[in-house]
Amino acid sequence: MRLYKYASPAAFYPLAGKLIPWFAIAAAILFAVGLYVGFFVAPTDFQQGDAYRIMFIHVPAAWMGMLLYVLMAFYAGIGWAFNARLSSMMASSIAITGALFTLISLVTGAFWGKPTWGTWWVWDARMTSTLILLFLYAGFISLQSAIDDYRRADRAGAVLALVGVINVPIIYFSVQWWNTLHQGATIRILGKPSIAPPMLAAMLILLAACWLYSVAVVLIRLRCIILEREQTASWLAEGAA
Amino acid sequence: MSWSEFWSMGGYAFYVWGSYLTALVVLGGEVVLLMKRQKSLRKHNSTESAARGEPRVDSIPQPQTRSVN
Repeated sequence: MRLYKYASPAAFYPLAGKLIPWFAIAAAILFAVGLYVGFFVAPTDFQQGDAYRIMFIHVPAAWMGMLLYVLMAFYAGIGWAFNARLSSMMASSIAITGALFTLISLVTGAFWGKPTWGTWWVWDARMTSTLILLFLYAGFISLQSAIDDYRRADRAGAVLALVGVINVPIIYFSVQWWNTLHQGATIRILGKPSIAPPMLAAMLILLAACWLYSVAVVLIRLRCIILEREQTASWLAEGAA
Repeated sequence: MSWSEFWSMGGYAFYVWGSYLTALVVLGGEVVLLMKRQKSLRKHNSTESAARGEPRVDSIPQPQTRSVN
Protein backbone atom coordinates (compact mmCIF):
# COMPACT_ATOMS: atom_id res chain seq x y z
CA MET A 1 0.00 0.00 0.00
CA ARG A 2 1.27 3.42 -0.87
CA LEU A 3 0.87 5.87 1.97
CA TYR A 4 1.27 8.77 -0.45
CA LYS A 5 -2.13 7.86 -1.73
CA TYR A 6 -3.63 9.46 1.38
CA ALA A 7 -1.91 12.77 0.68
CA SER A 8 -4.72 13.45 -1.75
CA PRO A 9 -7.91 14.90 -0.24
CA ALA A 10 -10.02 12.52 -2.32
CA ALA A 11 -8.37 9.45 -0.77
CA PHE A 12 -8.05 10.93 2.70
CA TYR A 13 -11.67 12.05 3.06
CA PRO A 14 -13.28 8.59 3.40
CA LEU A 15 -10.35 7.27 5.48
CA ALA A 16 -10.77 10.13 7.99
CA GLY A 17 -14.49 9.41 8.10
CA LYS A 18 -13.80 5.84 9.17
CA LEU A 19 -11.24 6.84 11.83
CA ILE A 20 -13.19 9.63 13.56
CA PRO A 21 -15.69 7.49 15.57
CA TRP A 22 -12.88 5.39 17.06
CA PHE A 23 -10.93 8.41 18.24
CA ALA A 24 -14.09 10.03 19.60
CA ILE A 25 -15.15 6.92 21.56
CA ALA A 26 -11.65 6.40 22.95
CA ALA A 27 -11.49 10.07 23.98
CA ALA A 28 -14.84 9.86 25.78
CA ILE A 29 -13.76 6.75 27.70
CA LEU A 30 -10.43 8.26 28.72
CA PHE A 31 -12.05 11.55 29.79
CA ALA A 32 -14.39 9.56 32.07
CA VAL A 33 -11.58 7.40 33.50
CA GLY A 34 -9.22 10.36 33.95
CA LEU A 35 -11.82 12.48 35.75
CA TYR A 36 -12.74 9.53 37.97
CA VAL A 37 -9.11 8.99 38.98
CA GLY A 38 -8.57 12.73 39.39
CA PHE A 39 -11.58 13.33 41.64
CA PHE A 40 -12.12 10.03 43.46
CA VAL A 41 -8.76 8.24 43.59
CA ALA A 42 -6.19 11.04 43.86
CA PRO A 43 -5.89 12.26 47.47
CA THR A 44 -6.29 15.86 48.65
CA ASP A 45 -3.01 17.76 48.47
CA PHE A 46 -1.59 18.62 51.89
CA GLN A 47 -0.49 22.10 50.75
CA GLN A 48 -3.14 23.23 48.28
CA GLY A 49 -6.16 21.26 49.44
CA ASP A 50 -8.54 20.40 46.60
CA ALA A 51 -7.61 23.45 44.53
CA TYR A 52 -4.77 21.44 43.01
CA ARG A 53 -7.33 19.32 41.13
CA ILE A 54 -7.43 22.13 38.56
CA MET A 55 -4.06 20.73 37.49
CA PHE A 56 -5.72 17.73 35.82
CA ILE A 57 -7.24 19.94 33.16
CA HIS A 58 -4.79 22.87 33.27
CA VAL A 59 -1.60 20.93 32.53
CA PRO A 60 -2.97 18.76 29.67
CA ALA A 61 -4.58 21.86 28.10
CA ALA A 62 -1.31 23.79 28.31
CA TRP A 63 0.63 20.92 26.75
CA MET A 64 -1.92 20.52 23.98
CA GLY A 65 -1.71 24.24 23.24
CA MET A 66 2.04 23.99 22.72
CA LEU A 67 2.13 20.61 20.97
CA LEU A 68 -0.66 21.49 18.57
CA TYR A 69 1.16 24.69 17.68
CA VAL A 70 4.29 22.75 16.72
CA LEU A 71 2.16 20.28 14.77
CA MET A 72 0.32 23.11 13.02
CA ALA A 73 3.60 24.79 12.04
CA PHE A 74 4.95 21.44 10.82
CA TYR A 75 1.96 20.78 8.56
CA ALA A 76 1.90 24.39 7.37
CA GLY A 77 5.62 24.12 6.54
CA ILE A 78 5.19 20.83 4.67
CA GLY A 79 2.25 22.25 2.76
CA TRP A 80 4.31 25.29 1.80
CA ALA A 81 7.55 23.48 0.92
CA PHE A 82 6.01 20.62 -1.06
CA ASN A 83 2.90 22.38 -2.27
CA ALA A 84 0.78 19.72 -0.54
CA ARG A 85 -2.67 21.18 -0.13
CA LEU A 86 -3.98 18.53 2.27
CA SER A 87 -1.12 19.32 4.63
CA SER A 88 -2.00 23.03 4.60
CA MET A 89 -5.64 22.19 5.24
CA MET A 90 -4.51 20.11 8.22
CA ALA A 91 -2.66 23.14 9.62
CA SER A 92 -5.79 25.30 9.30
CA SER A 93 -7.82 22.60 11.01
CA ILE A 94 -5.38 22.24 13.93
CA ALA A 95 -5.20 26.01 14.56
CA ILE A 96 -8.66 26.36 16.09
CA THR A 97 -8.36 23.38 18.43
CA GLY A 98 -4.89 24.54 19.51
CA ALA A 99 -6.18 28.04 20.21
CA LEU A 100 -9.04 26.65 22.29
CA PHE A 101 -6.72 24.50 24.41
CA THR A 102 -4.47 27.52 24.97
CA LEU A 103 -7.51 29.53 26.03
CA ILE A 104 -8.50 26.76 28.47
CA SER A 105 -5.00 26.68 29.93
CA LEU A 106 -5.05 30.46 30.49
CA VAL A 107 -8.52 30.53 32.07
CA THR A 108 -7.95 27.48 34.29
CA GLY A 109 -4.57 28.97 35.22
CA ALA A 110 -6.34 32.11 36.42
CA PHE A 111 -8.81 29.97 38.40
CA TRP A 112 -5.85 28.21 39.99
CA GLY A 113 -3.80 31.35 40.55
CA LYS A 114 -6.49 33.20 42.49
CA PRO A 115 -6.70 30.78 45.48
CA THR A 116 -3.00 29.80 45.51
CA TRP A 117 -1.20 33.04 44.57
CA GLY A 118 -3.93 35.50 45.46
CA THR A 119 -4.17 36.91 41.93
CA TRP A 120 -5.93 35.97 38.69
CA TRP A 121 -3.10 37.15 36.51
CA VAL A 122 0.48 38.40 36.66
CA TRP A 123 2.70 39.40 33.76
CA ASP A 124 5.12 36.62 34.50
CA ALA A 125 7.25 34.95 31.82
CA ARG A 126 5.25 31.76 31.42
CA MET A 127 1.85 33.39 31.41
CA THR A 128 2.89 36.19 29.09
CA SER A 129 4.48 33.77 26.62
CA THR A 130 1.35 31.58 26.74
CA LEU A 131 -0.78 34.65 25.99
CA ILE A 132 1.51 35.35 23.03
CA LEU A 133 0.86 31.76 21.89
CA LEU A 134 -2.87 32.49 21.89
CA PHE A 135 -2.21 35.66 19.84
CA LEU A 136 -0.12 33.66 17.37
CA TYR A 137 -3.00 31.23 16.88
CA ALA A 138 -5.42 34.14 16.51
CA GLY A 139 -3.05 35.80 14.02
CA PHE A 140 -2.77 32.60 11.98
CA ILE A 141 -6.54 32.10 11.88
CA SER A 142 -7.39 35.70 11.02
CA LEU A 143 -4.59 36.01 8.46
CA GLN A 144 -5.86 32.92 6.67
CA SER A 145 -9.47 34.06 6.71
CA ALA A 146 -8.46 37.49 5.39
CA ILE A 147 -7.00 36.07 2.16
CA ASP A 148 -9.47 34.78 -0.39
CA ASP A 149 -7.11 32.62 -2.43
CA TYR A 150 -6.66 29.40 -0.44
CA ARG A 151 -3.12 28.65 -1.54
CA ARG A 152 -1.93 32.19 -0.88
CA ALA A 153 -3.62 32.06 2.52
CA ASP A 154 -1.77 28.79 3.21
CA ARG A 155 1.59 30.28 2.34
CA ALA A 156 1.08 33.42 4.41
CA GLY A 157 -0.12 31.33 7.34
CA ALA A 158 2.90 29.03 7.03
CA VAL A 159 5.33 31.94 7.35
CA LEU A 160 3.57 33.21 10.46
CA ALA A 161 3.30 29.73 11.99
CA LEU A 162 6.97 28.89 11.39
CA VAL A 163 8.26 32.19 12.75
CA GLY A 164 6.05 31.76 15.82
CA VAL A 165 7.49 28.33 16.65
CA ILE A 166 10.30 30.14 18.48
CA ASN A 167 7.74 30.96 21.18
CA VAL A 168 7.15 27.31 22.12
CA PRO A 169 10.59 26.61 23.68
CA ILE A 170 10.34 30.03 25.33
CA ILE A 171 7.12 28.92 27.06
CA TYR A 172 8.60 25.56 27.98
CA PHE A 173 11.83 26.88 29.48
CA SER A 174 10.39 30.14 30.85
CA VAL A 175 10.14 28.70 34.36
CA GLN A 176 13.87 27.95 34.31
CA TRP A 177 15.14 31.02 32.46
CA TRP A 178 13.30 33.60 34.48
CA ASN A 179 12.43 33.90 38.10
CA THR A 180 8.68 33.46 37.89
CA LEU A 181 5.66 32.97 40.08
CA HIS A 182 4.63 29.94 38.04
CA GLN A 183 5.83 26.66 39.47
CA GLY A 184 8.43 24.56 37.66
CA ALA A 185 7.71 21.50 35.56
CA THR A 186 5.96 18.72 37.47
CA ILE A 187 6.90 16.13 34.90
CA ARG A 188 10.47 16.13 33.67
CA ILE A 189 11.67 14.21 30.66
CA LEU A 190 14.59 12.95 32.72
CA GLY A 191 14.16 12.11 36.36
CA LYS A 192 11.26 11.32 38.61
CA PRO A 193 8.04 13.32 38.56
CA SER A 194 7.41 15.23 41.77
CA ILE A 195 3.82 14.18 42.41
CA ALA A 196 1.95 11.16 43.83
CA PRO A 197 1.22 8.29 41.37
CA PRO A 198 -2.60 8.68 41.25
CA MET A 199 -2.21 12.42 40.55
CA LEU A 200 0.26 11.68 37.80
CA ALA A 201 -2.02 8.94 36.41
CA ALA A 202 -5.05 11.27 36.28
CA MET A 203 -3.02 13.92 34.47
CA LEU A 204 -1.57 11.52 31.91
CA ILE A 205 -4.93 9.84 31.24
CA LEU A 206 -6.53 13.23 30.66
CA LEU A 207 -3.62 14.21 28.43
CA ALA A 208 -4.25 11.09 26.32
CA ALA A 209 -7.97 11.96 26.28
CA CYS A 210 -7.16 15.47 25.04
CA TRP A 211 -4.95 14.02 22.30
CA LEU A 212 -7.65 11.63 21.09
CA TYR A 213 -10.24 14.40 21.29
CA SER A 214 -7.97 16.66 19.23
CA VAL A 215 -7.44 14.00 16.56
CA ALA A 216 -11.20 13.42 16.25
CA VAL A 217 -12.10 17.11 16.14
CA VAL A 218 -9.26 18.05 13.78
CA LEU A 219 -10.25 15.27 11.37
CA ILE A 220 -13.91 16.34 11.41
CA ARG A 221 -12.88 19.93 10.70
CA LEU A 222 -10.44 18.78 8.03
CA ARG A 223 -13.28 16.99 6.25
CA CYS A 224 -15.32 20.20 6.40
CA ILE A 225 -12.40 22.19 4.98
CA ILE A 226 -11.96 19.63 2.19
CA LEU A 227 -15.65 19.92 1.30
CA GLU A 228 -15.48 23.72 1.34
CA ARG A 229 -12.35 24.00 -0.76
CA GLU A 230 -12.94 21.26 -3.26
CA GLN A 231 -16.58 21.86 -3.98
CA THR A 232 -16.01 21.91 -7.69
CA ALA A 233 -13.83 18.78 -7.70
CA SER A 234 -15.26 15.86 -9.60
CA TRP A 235 -14.43 13.24 -6.96
CA LEU A 236 -16.95 14.81 -4.60
CA ALA A 237 -19.74 14.49 -7.10
CA GLU A 238 -18.79 10.89 -7.68
CA GLY A 239 -19.90 10.08 -4.16
CA ALA A 240 -17.19 9.52 -1.59
CA ALA A 241 -18.33 7.79 1.58
CA MET B 1 -16.70 11.43 51.77
CA SER B 2 -20.24 12.72 51.23
CA TRP B 3 -21.52 14.32 48.02
CA SER B 4 -21.86 17.76 49.60
CA GLU B 5 -18.26 17.49 50.75
CA PHE B 6 -17.30 16.47 47.23
CA TRP B 7 -19.07 19.41 45.60
CA SER B 8 -17.59 21.90 48.08
CA MET B 9 -14.03 20.85 47.11
CA GLY B 10 -12.69 21.86 50.51
CA GLY B 11 -13.86 25.44 49.98
CA TYR B 12 -12.39 25.74 46.48
CA ALA B 13 -15.64 24.85 44.68
CA PHE B 14 -15.79 28.08 42.66
CA TYR B 15 -12.24 27.71 41.33
CA VAL B 16 -12.28 23.96 40.69
CA TRP B 17 -15.73 23.79 39.11
CA GLY B 18 -15.16 27.08 37.33
CA SER B 19 -12.13 25.53 35.63
CA TYR B 20 -13.87 22.34 34.60
CA LEU B 21 -16.98 24.20 33.48
CA THR B 22 -14.81 26.46 31.29
CA ALA B 23 -13.18 23.43 29.69
CA LEU B 24 -16.57 21.79 29.16
CA VAL B 25 -18.10 24.90 27.59
CA VAL B 26 -15.12 25.53 25.29
CA LEU B 27 -14.67 21.93 24.08
CA GLY B 28 -18.42 21.22 24.02
CA GLY B 29 -18.96 24.43 22.06
CA GLU B 30 -16.28 23.39 19.59
CA VAL B 31 -18.00 20.04 18.98
CA VAL B 32 -21.47 21.60 18.63
CA LEU B 33 -20.31 24.27 16.16
CA LEU B 34 -18.36 21.68 14.18
CA MET B 35 -21.41 19.41 13.94
CA LYS B 36 -23.45 22.37 12.66
CA ARG B 37 -20.78 23.21 10.09
CA GLN B 38 -20.65 19.61 8.90
CA LYS B 39 -24.43 19.37 8.71
CA SER B 40 -24.88 22.57 6.71
CA LEU B 41 -22.06 21.55 4.35
CA ARG B 42 -23.64 18.16 3.72
CA LYS B 43 -26.99 19.79 3.06
CA HIS B 44 -25.45 22.40 0.79
CA ASN B 45 -23.53 19.76 -1.09
CA SER B 46 -26.40 17.35 -1.55
CA THR B 47 -28.79 20.07 -2.72
CA GLU B 48 -26.15 21.36 -5.15
CA SER B 49 -25.38 17.98 -6.59
CA ALA B 50 -29.07 17.06 -6.61
CA ALA B 51 -29.69 20.17 -8.67
CA ARG B 52 -27.10 18.90 -11.13
CA GLY B 53 -28.70 15.48 -11.02
CA GLU B 54 -25.75 13.92 -9.23
CA PRO B 55 -25.73 11.47 -6.33
CA ARG B 56 -25.37 12.64 -2.72
CA VAL B 57 -21.87 13.08 -1.32
CA ASP B 58 -22.42 10.99 1.77
CA SER B 59 -24.03 8.09 -0.02
CA ILE B 60 -22.17 4.91 -0.84
CA PRO B 61 -20.99 4.93 -4.44
CA GLN B 62 -23.19 2.78 -6.60
CA PRO B 63 -21.65 0.65 -9.34
CA GLN B 64 -22.44 2.21 -12.63
CA THR B 65 -24.25 -0.26 -14.82
CA ARG B 66 -24.93 0.59 -18.39
CA SER B 67 -27.34 -1.30 -20.52
CA VAL B 68 -25.71 -2.65 -23.62
CA ASN B 69 -28.56 -2.41 -26.02
